[in-house]
Parts: sequence; structure tokens; C-alpha cells
Amino acid sequence: MSEALSTRHLVIRLSLVVVGMFGFGFALVPIYDVMCQAFGINGKTAGAYEAGLQSTDESRQVRVQFLATNAAEMVWEFGPQADEVLVHPGDSTQMLFVAYNPTDKPMTAQAIPSVAPSKAAAYFHKTECFCFTQQVLQPGERIEMPVRFIVDRDLPADVRHLTLAYTLFDITVRKPPVAQATLTRAAP
Amino acid sequence: MSAVIDPGHAGHGHAGHDHHHGPAKGLMRWVLTTNHKDIGTMYLWFSFAMFLLGGSMAMVIRAELFQPGLQIVQPEFFNQMTTMHGLIMVFGAVMPAFVGLANWMIPLMIGAPDMALPRMNNFSFWLLPAAFGMLISTLFMEGGGPNFGWTFYAPLSTTYAPESVTFFIFAVHLMGISSIMGAINVVATILNLRAPGMTLMKMPLFVWTWLITAFLLIAVMPVLAGCVTMMLMDIHFGTSFFSAAGGGDPVLFQHVFWFFGHPEVYIMILPAFGAVSAIIPAFARKPLFGYTSMVYATASIAFLSFIVWAHHMFTVGIPLTGELFFMYATMLIAVPTGVKVFNWASTMWRGSMTFETPMLFSVAFVILFTIGGFSGLMLAIAPADFQYHDTYFVVAHFHYVLVPGAIFGIFASAYYWLPKWTGHMYDETLGKLHFWMSFIGMNMAFFPMHFVGLAGMPRRIPDYNMMFANFNMVSSIGAFMFGATQLLFLFIVIKCIRGGKPAAAKPWDGAEGLEWTVPSPAPYHTFTTPPEVK
Repeated sequence: MSEALSTRHLVIRLSLVVVGMFGFGFALVPIYDVMCQAFGINGKTAGAYEAGLQSTDESRQVRVQFLATNAAEMVWEFGPQADEVLVHPGDSTQMLFVAYNPTDKPMTAQAIPSVAPSKAAAYFHKTECFCFTQQVLQPGERIEMPVRFIVDRDLPADVRHLTLAYTLFDITVRKPPVAQATLTRAAP
Repeated sequence: MSAVIDPGHAGHGHAGHDHHHGPAKGLMRWVLTTNHKDIGTMYLWFSFAMFLLGGSMAMVIRAELFQPGLQIVQPEFFNQMTTMHGLIMVFGAVMPAFVGLANWMIPLMIGAPDMALPRMNNFSFWLLPAAFGMLISTLFMEGGGPNFGWTFYAPLSTTYAPESVTFFIFAVHLMGISSIMGAINVVATILNLRAPGMTLMKMPLFVWTWLITAFLLIAVMPVLAGCVTMMLMDIHFGTSFFSAAGGGDPVLFQHVFWFFGHPEVYIMILPAFGAVSAIIPAFARKPLFGYTSMVYATASIAFLSFIVWAHHMFTVGIPLTGELFFMYATMLIAVPTGVKVFNWASTMWRGSMTFETPMLFSVAFVILFTIGGFSGLMLAIAPADFQYHDTYFVVAHFHYVLVPGAIFGIFASAYYWLPKWTGHMYDETLGKLHFWMSFIGMNMAFFPMHFVGLAGMPRRIPDYNMMFANFNMVSSIGAFMFGATQLLFLFIVIKCIRGGKPAAAKPWDGAEGLEWTVPSPAPYHTFTTPPEVK
């Protein structure tokens, strides 16, 4: 009967919409990242910057402040060696962050960077950063971790002051440090 | 509803066909039924049970908030109450009530013998008791039930969630599957089973609003399913959709959730628009003013609902252009909504109105929903929202659109169609008493929340500053009144089922539509031969 047939066609089509929208929910994840990057919102910075050095813009200075926060339940001591530096756009600058594991267990940590104001994020290039990898610290171990960055010459003139904030997460459960520790021991 | 199963009425002139039989006997009738009236009845009873359960949780909340300080429950349990109240009312009370009304009324309104997919219809109903059984059981588990608010923002609902969150996730999956199947069924019924001559633009508005609602459901319930699936994967399979530690982003959760959540609020109100558009003309004894504009307004609201979601997120740090876009898009919704309110008012204008209970609820719907709409406009103003966000002003706003909006719409529909369902008139005096107690109680409960909200009282907190004490006590008294009154509604419905003045086929002299051409109570099988629609 044509009525049953057209119902069947309709149900198939509507089910495809359902499947499509389920996929769309997951597609929102990359769309979200692309949008954040395209519009330079959310303060998310890109990965390692490899476009080479820029010439220094001596005509202005930008105040770069550093902020280090522990995520909930993270117990490491974590902070920058200086609260802020003055840089010329185009200059390559290095800042050291110190992390210390006060516990009696090896732990893995991941730092997540964020730049404020968010429109400056696209002009803040990191050529080297401890946030590109995870840190494994043995009990009582202290390390200095470098971040090397360039503030782009094209940074909008009204931004005179930007903040680089790191949040340090305990990801020991996700990436147990044991495997990596044996790996480093095995290497030499 | 025993009165609807009288097989003596079956057939209505076609009793010779062999498939014209009454329902089976006993419990299995309800378990196995594929009859749209039986399933509609089960949906409505289930919804009412959930309404009372979610309502009792609201009573716990209001009892704790009766006075400042902690008296009755611990904050942990209070959080579970606010969360479960929201979840049960949204997914357990309002949505199934409208699906129940759709099951009962859409085939009768378009002249169809049943829903297009009766077996799926049975399955989508029976998923609901399973889903809510699972959800409610979490309250008795170690660590308690969901305590992260009905919006279940990550990481509260992932990293910091109680163990029972997995049951919550699967319950949401089941509800989602049930809603999607219900929606597909409604679309298939409306598009394929209309009586000859029933063109789309001749359909009653309740059918139109449900058609649009069904498309909204099909579009956004899968996104909700995706959202909770991502939570599940974050919790159990080591992904990091919403966990910043692994490169994800909790703000993403809010985008995904509200992409579902905003259309969801229209899912809960559009069918009420349709019901009220049937009831007001019936008691104003005038045809609905602006039928075509009503259809287009409903479609516009549905479309706009997809591009306003971030107005729930003005304070998370979205860029200025985003705030402006979502602010203006949100305000744009006031235009089609205004068209609807204008049309309802114009329908009543110079009508010979009488105020039976369905009409009382419908008029209150128009007035109070408009108040809720206006507070929505205030919330839409992005810079002002920074003050209102997460305060009781928001609570006042959405209760004004949901209680006198969705719930009053359901009450109006129930009173309007009860004679058709049961074959008896309900007790008009008690119905009016139910209306006035609900009306006064609801306004007493929710109107003061505007004031405490503007003064800065945060939502979802079991304690509050002394300065809010008086208004909160008034709110609580109103809430107790509203809550207790709903037991009266239960009594009225049972009384109506058990007896009362016999209802004519068309008990309301101004009513229009095919449902009034069948006898009251509606026979078990109707429109086995499609009616002619001129």
C-alpha cells in the first residue's frame, strides 16, 4: 500500500536526520575549535610557532604578565620566576616557570595556556613551551621549565598589556608516570 | 480511564468490519496496546505522576527556603532536589504530557484511525518508566543522585559528579530515544494520515504546532544524546571533550548543551500555543484571528530557536560581537511571539466570551506567559544579564513561561478534552477552584522571585541573606498552595472518569474540529473510514 510505503520512506529520511544531528553534536567539537581560532576568541594559543624570527619593533613596549594557577586537587608548587616582563614586539623572550612535586609519588602534569585579552592570543607566539609536553616529576623533584615567546609586530596598538596564564592539571591518572619513568631509565 | 473503552460505541456505523473490537482485558492491555488513545492516556497519567513527584521535590526546596539558614535538608540533598525537580519536570512531566495530548488528539483532529507507527508508539511510551525508574533510583544510591543542576554543566557533571551520573546519562539516552521516536511518529502521522481534503493549511493549530515541535525534537534530541555521550566518554573512556587538562574545554559543553537546550524550551511551549489557539476561539465563539500568521509565527519561532543558544552563556566570556548577535537574535523572537499574543487577544476581542475552566486557564496563559516573555526580554539584554545571570530573576522568568505557559496549557487542554476522553463533564465548580488556587498560588510563588533575583539572590543555594526572608516566605506559602491544589486536580479528573453529567459529542458550543464529530467518550476505534473535509 502506498501509504505504508510513504510512511516507511518518511521514517527512513527522518532517521537519517536523527543520525546526522547526532553526528552534528560531535562535529560541534572541531567547529568550536575552528571558530575559536578563526575569531581569535577564548584566549587559546596555537601550537609551536615556526615562522622564524621577526625584526624588533623598538617603538613600543608591551607588558607581559605571567599567571600560574593550580587546577583543583593539584598539589605542585608552580609559578613563574618573575611576575612580568617588558618586551618589544618582535623580540624573542624567555621566561622560566618552576614546578615542584612535594608528594611522595611520581606525578604527571599538563599545563594549559590562555592569553588575555583574547584578541591578543593570535599575536602571541610560543616558539618553545613546557605546555607542548607533559611534565613528569619524581617525589620531591623540582624543575625549571622554559617558555620562549614572540609578541607579534602586528599586535593591535591598543594592547599594551597582556597576560599569559597557565593552569596546571594533575593528569597522573590519565598518563601514569611509571611507564615514562622506566623509559627514561632504560634510555642510557 | 475506564470510560473510554466502551466497545458499544465502536465502529460508529462500520461495525461490520472484523477489526472493530474493543480493547483486551487486564494489565496486558496496557503493556501491549498499540491504540493511540490508550497510549495517550498512559502518557498523560505518567506525566501527572511525574508532575506530582517533581512537585514534591519543589516542596522540599521551598520548605528549606521558607526561612534563611539550614533547617530541613543538607545542602547536598538540596542540590539533588533542584536537579531532579528540573529534570523530572522538563523530561518527565511537560514533554510526556504533550506527547500524550498529541497521541490522543492528533489522529482525532486530522481524521486518522491511529498514529502512523503504533508499535513504535508503544515502545516509546514504555521507555519512559524505565528511564525515570533509573533516574529516580539514583537518589537512593551511595553518593546520591545528580546534584549538578538540570543543565548538568561539565565539569560538575563529569569530574566532580557523584558515581550515579552514569545512570543519569543512560536515563537521558532513553528519554531521548523515546522523544525521537514519538516525534517521528507524529511527523509520519501528520504528513501521511490526514483525511482527504485536510490540506496542511486546514489543519488545527495544535496539529501545526506539534508538527513543528516534532521537527525540533528530531533536530535537537540527538544533540543532547551526543552531549551526554561525550560526558560518558570523558568519565569512563579517558577522552577530554570537556576537560581542560586533556585539551578539551568546559565552555564547549555549554555550547553543545544549549544548542539542544534552547530549542527544548520551545518544544515545551509550542504545543501549548496550539492548544490555546483551539480553546480561545471555542470560548470566544469566534474563529481564530490570523490563522496563517499563527502558522508562520510558530515556524519563525522554531527557526530562531536554533540561533539564540548563547544567550544562556553571556557571562562565560564570549566575544562582544557574539553577545550582540545573540542579544539581537533573541529579541527578534519577541516579534513572532507578539504576533501570537496579538492574535489571541484579537480572537477574544468582541467575542461572546464565557469563562469555563479551560478558558480561564487559557486567558491566564496569555497574560502570564507574556509576563514571562517580558522578563525574557530583560534577560536578553546582554549587559543587564551580567546582573541577572544565575539569580532568582532567571528562576522567576522560566517558571513564568513554564508554569502558566506549558503547565496551564496542559491543564486547559485536559479540561477542554476531558469530556471527549471520559464521556462525562468535569465538575465545573471544582475546576474553577483549581484554576483560582493555581493562579493565586503560582503568582505568589514566582512573582516575588523577580524582586529577590534583582536584589541579587543566587539560585540553587539552600541558604540566603536575611534581607530576602520575607519574599521567600511568601514564595514558599504560594508554592505550598500551588502544590496542594494539584491534588484537587487529581480528584477532579478521577471524579470525571467515574461519573458526572454525560457529555455531548460537542460539549462546547463554539468548538471546532473533527474531534467533536465523534461521540463522547471517543470510541476505541475512530475514523476507520476517513471523514470528508470540505
